[in-house]
Order: sequence, then C-alpha cells, then structure tokens
Amino acid sequence: MNKNVYMTNLRDERQNAWEGILNYFRKRSMWMLYYCTGCGAVELPPTMTTRFDMERFGMGPMATPRQADLLLITGYLSVKTLKRVIRSYEQMQDPKYLVGFGSCPINGGIYWDTYPVINHLEMFLPVDMSIAGCMPRPQAILDSFEKLRDEIQEGKAVGYKRYEKHYDWYKANQDKVLNREEAILQPWEDPFADKPTLEALQAEDKIEKGKDK
Amino acid sequence: MSNINGLLTLKLIGFSFLSMSVGLLFMGLGRKVTARIQRRLGPPFYQAFLDVFKAFSKSSITHNYVMDLGMIMALGGLIATAFFIPFAGYAVLGSSSIVIILYLMSIGYLGMAMGVSASGNPNATIGISRALALMLGYEIPIVMIVLAMMLTYGSSDLLTFATAQQGGFANWHIFKYPLGFLAIEISFQAMLGEAPYDHMIAPAEIASGPMVELSGKYLGIGFLLHAVQLYVETGLIVNLFLGGASTWYVFLLKQFAVYFTSMCINAVMARYRIEQGIAHLWKYAGTLALLQLFITRLGVF
Repeated sequence: MNKNVYMTNLRDERQNAWEGILNYFRKRSMWMLYYCTGCGAVELPPTMTTRFDMERFGMGPMATPRQADLLLITGYLSVKTLKRVIRSYEQMQDPKYLVGFGSCPINGGIYWDTYPVINHLEMFLPVDMSIAGCMPRPQAILDSFEKLRDEIQEGKAVGYKRYEKHYDWYKANQDKVLNREEAILQPWEDPFADKPTLEALQAEDKIEKGKDK
Repeated sequence: MSNINGLLTLKLIGFSFLSMSVGLLFMGLGRKVTARIQRRLGPPFYQAFLDVFKAFSKSSITHNYVMDLGMIMALGGLIATAFFIPFAGYAVLGSSSIVIILYLMSIGYLGMAMGVSASGNPNATIGISRALALMLGYEIPIVMIVLAMMLTYGSSDLLTFATAQQGGFANWHIFKYPLGFLAIEISFQAMLGEAPYDHMIAPAEIASGPMVELSGKYLGIGFLLHAVQLYVETGLIVNLFLGGASTWYVFLLKQFAVYFTSMCINAVMARYRIEQGIAHLWKYAGTLALLQLFITRLGVF
C-alpha cells in the first residue's frame, strides 16, 4: 500500500514537471484571436507594429479560433456578439486563455445601463485577465500580457478548466440573457441577483483542492 | 526483411530530423528578416521551434480518419522528397533523380489537399483548390528548366548537375542559365506560397485557407510540412543553380541566401488575384524558361 502511495505521488510530480516544461512553450508562443467588438481594437495595431512589437514575445494574430490560444475581447459586448464569442471560445482548443480589454467587459463601462449590452463578462465566460482602462494603452496591454505569461508559467491561468467544471453555472447564465423573452422596459435590475457569485465558486474550488490533499 | 538496413534506417531518421530542423530554423530567421524590414525587433530566431512544441502540446480536433491520413501522407511525401535532395554533395539514398523529386513533391500537396478537404470547411477547400491551380502555374516553368539541364548533361541526376558546377563562381548555373534562374526564382515564390503568390494562405481573405480547421497537433504537422518544404525547395535551387556545396555550412548558407531573397520580396509585395497569379507565372516565368530552353538547345547544336 505504501508503495502505491509512493508511485502515485511520483507520477503526480512527474506530470507537474512535464506540465511546467509545456507551460514554458505555451507562454513563449501565444497566438491570439481578437474579437473586435468595440473601440479596444484600435489599441492593437500599435501594439503589434513597429513601436511596441508584440512579436518579440512570440505573440501574433491568427485567423481562426481553432488555431488560437488567446481570445481578446476588445470592448463592450452586446447580447448578439456574446453568442458569437461563446461559440468562438468553445471552438478553441485547450489550453486557452481569455483576456477582457477595458472597463466594458469588467462592469459594462459607459454602457452599463444599456439594454442590449452585457455588464459582467466573467458571468458568461472564464476571464483569465482583465485590463482596466478606457481604453488601455499599448503599455498596459503589454504589461498585462507579461502578467498572463507569469500566470501561465505558474499554472494559475486555468480558466478553461474552470469553464469545464462549472459549465452548468456558466450555461445557465448564458441562457438567461440569450434566451430572454420578456421586453426590458422597466428600470435596470441585476438579472443575476439569485446566482452564487464567482468568488463563491472559487472558494468552493479551493476547499475541494484542500480535501484532495 | 533482409533488405532492411539498420544503419540506413538511422540515417533516414536523422535526415528527416535534419530537414525539419533546418526548415524550422529558416522559418524563425525569415520572421526575423521580415521584422527587420518592418523596423521591428522580431521574435527570437528559434521561435518556430517554440511554436511547434506548443502546437503539439495542445489538444486537437480531428474530423475523420481521412484527415489524419492526409496529414501524415503529406508529411511523409515531403520527407521522402527530402531524402533525394543531395545535402552538401551527399545523397542519403545514393540516388538524386530530379524526376523522382518532382514526382514526390506533388504527393505532399495532394496529401494536404486530401486531409484538409476532409475537414469540410469551405475556406479550406478554396485554399487547396488555389494551391493546386497555382501548382499548374509553377510546375511548367520548372519542368522546362529541368529539361534544359537534362538535355545538356544527358542525365537526370541532381548530383551530376551540382558537381558539373564545381570550380569557382563562373561555373555556376546562375551565370550559365540566368533566364532559367529568374524563372525558377519567380516559381519559388509560388512554391513557398509567399507574396505575391500567397493566395493559398490568405489570412484576411479566406481565413488562412488550408490551415483553417487545423488545431493543435494538426497545426504542428502543418508547420513541419512548411519546414520540410522549405528545406526541399531551397535545396533544389542550390543544387540546380548555386553550385551545390561540398561542406554543410556552405550549403546551409546558400540555402538561406535563397530563402532570404524570397522573404525580402515577400515583405514588400502585395497579393495578386488567383487568375492573375497563374497568368503571371505562365507569361513571365514560362516565357523565360522557354527562352532558356531554346538558347540551351541552340548552344548544344
């Protein structure tokens, strides 16, 4: 029995070491798909071209979700575009990362009380990194990507695993806005008041992790 | 079974790794060259290796087994071609018949066509039909040039062409057959799918064409395909026109010189439409190659 325990531990360790090596390659070669929904896309050309040159870090644009590792939501998301974003995200292959640009994906920004615009992106898709600002400058974008690279190396950027685990929660949230039938005529109210918050889910994850150990 | 030679197998495995790593190194250096032309710093020269490792570490989607077989057929066909390219005067299989090389090179494309068409994405089908149409455009000039050389030397061996150019710059075919070299340079742009003949992979137009449905490991194989293709085609030009080489580093330098020229043209050119591209190839590369063929024949008689 002791032997078995020893073997399991060894295998886990080895797997982690291997993951660490793979994570090195993942962080050094990130291909991105940018979903130009809002004004944030304006900041990407200077980030990619001569002055800031994102390709130094092995980052580059890709044509389709199948090839990409990184999905950039550059600006506000209306309900209609949310449908397409979800579809694009689900077409991407693991491991995949999602970055929200500017304040709109964080809290709705200046569109917070507009009926066709969603306010909190993290209710619908797992966001690995949010860049605050309206809009974030190329320096902020590069800084956040550096942070994301660190998180990938440490194995902290696991949004895709969270999406898989709590798919029911995300799916219910998505259905709530995508299949909305009643007209929105009354003053704005939070449609997610009765849902457990993301923090609660993360706390649950941590407790379960502790249980395993 | 007795025909299987252990040493030869090892050599073949080594050669396939050599062709892949040379191609990947060139791809990284090519991106660096493009970046410098655009006044950027560019990625490190080993970026293509990182990309391939990362692509193989991802999960991937297959649409059916034809897609798997097609990708493997493409890679296998191209690696088989690489065995027949003399590397610094050394042909691993002992033979380097140009007829076999031209024949095997198309297997790579056909495998790719089979694999990506099986994915069912219309963009992939458009891309691969463009690639095959373009193949019609550049293979005719190349075959005419090869015919001129075969008639001159009475042999179809690439190594014979390479050794015939030994003994200084003046003997290189680039000076003996300048029109033919120009024709093959134009065709080379089309073979690699670089601008102005990048109809096949047109990211903003047909979402990177054949690569559109390739994810993870399939994209990694796609990268390796391009790498081996690069090795084969630059090796072909070096042996045909730049005098081959007797040492490996001279051979690599010459190969890179060919690719460097191609990347410089790629960085400053725009894309033709597909029918313009084929017409252009036949009109200019074809005419140059035909002229070269006539001149060579007149010189012989």
